[in-house]
Amino acid sequence: MMRAGTLESRGGAGMRLRGLVRKEFLQIVRDPSSIAIAFLMPVLLLLLFGYGLSLDVQQVAVAIVVEQPGADTSDFASSFEGSRYFAPIVMPDAKAAERALADGRVDGIVRLRANFAERERRPSGAPVQLIVNGIDANTARLVEGYVSGVVSAWLVRRATEHGIEPGASVQVDHRVWYNPELNSRNFLVPGLVVVIMTLIGALLTAMVMAREWERGTMEALMVTPVARGEILLGKLIPYFLLGTGGMLFTVAMATWLFRVPLVGSFWLLFLISCLFLLVALGMGMLISTVAKNQFVAGQVALITTFLPAFLLSGFIFEIGNMPPVVQWITHLFAARYFVAIVTTLFLAGNIWSVVVPNALALLAMAVIFHGLTWVNARKRLE
Amino acid sequence: MWGRIRALAVKEFLALLKDKRSRALLIVPPILQLLIFGYAATYDLKQVPYALYNEDPGAAARDLVAMFRGSVHFREAANPTSNAEIAPLVDARKVLLVLHIGPRFSRDLLSGGQVSFQVIVDGRNSNTALIASGYVRDVVSQFNRQWSEQRGLPGPPAVIETRAWFNPNLESRWFFLPGIIGILTLLLTMLITALSVAREREQGTFDQLLVTPLRPVEILIGKALPGFVIGFTEATVITLIAVLWFGIPMLGNLATLYAGLAVFLLSSVGVGLMISSLAVTQQQGMLGAFLFMVPAILLSGFATPIANMPRAIQLITLADPVRYFLVILRKLFLEGAGIESLANQFWPMAAIGVVCLSFAAWLFRHRMY
Repeated sequence: MMRAGTLESRGGAGMRLRGLVRKEFLQIVRDPSSIAIAFLMPVLLLLLFGYGLSLDVQQVAVAIVVEQPGADTSDFASSFEGSRYFAPIVMPDAKAAERALADGRVDGIVRLRANFAERERRPSGAPVQLIVNGIDANTARLVEGYVSGVVSAWLVRRATEHGIEPGASVQVDHRVWYNPELNSRNFLVPGLVVVIMTLIGALLTAMVMAREWERGTMEALMVTPVARGEILLGKLIPYFLLGTGGMLFTVAMATWLFRVPLVGSFWLLFLISCLFLLVALGMGMLISTVAKNQFVAGQVALITTFLPAFLLSGFIFEIGNMPPVVQWITHLFAARYFVAIVTTLFLAGNIWSVVVPNALALLAMAVIFHGLTWVNARKRLE
Repeated sequence: MWGRIRALAVKEFLALLKDKRSRALLIVPPILQLLIFGYAATYDLKQVPYALYNEDPGAAARDLVAMFRGSVHFREAANPTSNAEIAPLVDARKVLLVLHIGPRFSRDLLSGGQVSFQVIVDGRNSNTALIASGYVRDVVSQFNRQWSEQRGLPGPPAVIETRAWFNPNLESRWFFLPGIIGILTLLLTMLITALSVAREREQGTFDQLLVTPLRPVEILIGKALPGFVIGFTEATVITLIAVLWFGIPMLGNLATLYAGLAVFLLSSVGVGLMISSLAVTQQQGMLGAFLFMVPAILLSGFATPIANMPRAIQLITLADPVRYFLVILRKLFLEGAGIESLANQFWPMAAIGVVCLSFAAWLFRHRMY
C-alpha cells in the first residue's frame, strides 16, 4: 500500500509538471507576444543594429585649405583622396572652411598656411593646422589619427622625391591580434547578442509570476497539490526552450549574416549561452515573484535590463577604465561576464583563463537568482 | 472639461505614486543611473595596462620606456621576458598592449636609421584598440622630437597642430553626459506611460473610463500629464547633476533647453501612450516599450555616430525622437547654439508627438478587445 502510494505520487509529480508546462505553452500560443519576444525581436534588433552600429570612421568630410598653392603642396589635397577615411573638399580660404565646420557640412579642416613652404625649412618645422569639431570626441580623435597618417605619408613621399634620407626615428610596428582589420562590427555584434539575450530572458519571465498573482490564479494553483518547485519549473521549462530558440537565431545571424568569425567552439558558446539564459530568466522570475504586480515588475525590468547591459557590461565602454565603485557595481550584472566570454569565444578562441572564471560567476548568479525566487515563492505561499 | 481632466490627472498620479515601490522606482533610479552611467560612459582611456618586453639595455630604450611610465595614459602591468609569455597575458586580458623593444633598438637608432618597435594590441574591442594605438603614436612622436632636438638634428619638416572646437581636450564625457540626460528622460517617460493604458485594459477599468463623460482627448490629456510633470522635474534634477557634479559646460540658454525638453516629452509621451493603447495586456505593453526604447537609444547617435550607418538605417533614424533631442542637448550644452539653428531638430519631434498622440486617442475607442 505504502509502495503503491509513493509510486503514484512520483508518477503524479511528472504528470503535474507536464500539465503545468502544457498550460504555460498554451498561454504562450494564445498571447503571441512571447513568441514575438523570442523570435521576432532578436531578428529585428540584430538586423537593425548589426548593420546600423559602427564606430568605423569612413568618408569623413574634411575641408582642405592650401593658402598658397605651389609646386611643393600641389599633391597635398589629392593625398587625402586616396584614403578611404576621407571625402576631402578643397576650399579657397579658412573663412569658408570654418563656416562649413560650424554648419556641420565638414567634420574637420586641414590647413596649410601661406608661409608653409618657407617655415618648413626652419628647424621647428611648419605647422599643419587641423581643426576638428570636438563634440563627438571619439570621432574627432580618430579623424586626428587618420589625418596624421595621411600627412606623414605625404611628407615621406615628398622627401623621397627630393632625395632626402629620412633621419633617425622610431616607427611603431602595430600588430593587432584577434581582429586584425579592427572592424568594429566584429565586437559590436557579439555584444549585441548579449544585450538581446538579456532582453529575451527578462521579458519572457518578468511578467509571468506577477500575472498569476495579479489575476488570482496563483491562489488557485496553491490549493492544488502542485509543489513550489513544480510551479517554478513549469514556468522555467517552456521559456527556456523559447529562449534557446531565440539564442540560436542570433548566433546563426551573427556568424552567417554578419560574418563575425567564430574562432572558439560552437558547443562551448551554446553551453554558456544556455547558462546565461538561465541567469536572465532567473532574474526575470525573481523580479516577477518579488513585485507580485505586473506594473511594478515591468518597471523594474525596464530599469535593470537594457541600459545596464548596454553601458555597464564592457560591451562598448571598457570596464577597466571606470572608477572602482562603478567597476564593483558592474559585477552585479550578468551581462558583464557574458560579454567577456562571448567576445573572446568569437574573436580569440577557447581561452580558458577568460571562460572559466566568468562562467563560474554566471553559475553563481543562476543559483542565487533561482534560489531567491524559490525562497520568495515560499514566503508568498504562506 | 478642465474639471474632468483634473480629476483624471489626479487619479493617474495616484495610480503611479500610491504604490511606494512604484514611487521609489520613478525617483531613485534616474538619479542613481546618471551617476553610474556618467562615470561609466567614456571612450577616453586612463591607465591602459601594458606589458613591457624590453630586450635592449641601451639608453634610448630606457628613455622610451621612461616616457611610457611617465604618461597618465599607461600603466605597466607585466614584464614578460620571452615571447612565449606574451600570449597568455593578452589572452586573459591582463594587458591591452604589449610593447616589445628588440635587442638592437638603441644601437640602430644611434647609427641613424629608422628603427621600429613592435606593439601588439588586443583588437577584441576595436575602438579601444584604435584609441590605445593613438596614445602610443603620441608618445613615440614625442620621443622622436626629443631625440632629434637633443642631438641638434633637423626635426620633421611639418608637425600637426590640432585644435578642437567646443571641446578643447576632446573629453568624451562631455559628449556622453548630455546623451545620458536624453536617454534617461526617455526611460522615465516609458516607465510612466507604456503600461498605463495597457494596465487599465487588462484590468477592465478602461471600459469604465470610456463610458464616463470623458472624451478621448480629455483621457489623452489626463494620461499624458504625469509624463510631462514628472519628466520636467526629473530632467531638471539630472541636468543640474550633470552641470554641478560632472562639470559639463552649459553654454546655451535655459529657455531653449526647456523648449527642447517640452517637445521631446511631447514625442516620447506620445509614443509611450500609443504603445500602451495598442497593447491589450501589460505583457504586450512591455514588449512594445522595449521594442521602441532599445532601437530608439541605440540608433540615436548616442554611442555610435549616425553618419556611420548605412543609408537605409539613417532613414529609419528620422523617426527616432531621441536622435533630435540628443543633437539639441549636445549643441546646447557644448556649442551654446541658439533656437534658430536648432529649428530643424524641433519640428520632427513635434510631428512625431502629434501623430502618435492622435493615433493613441483614436485607438482608445477603436481598439476594443
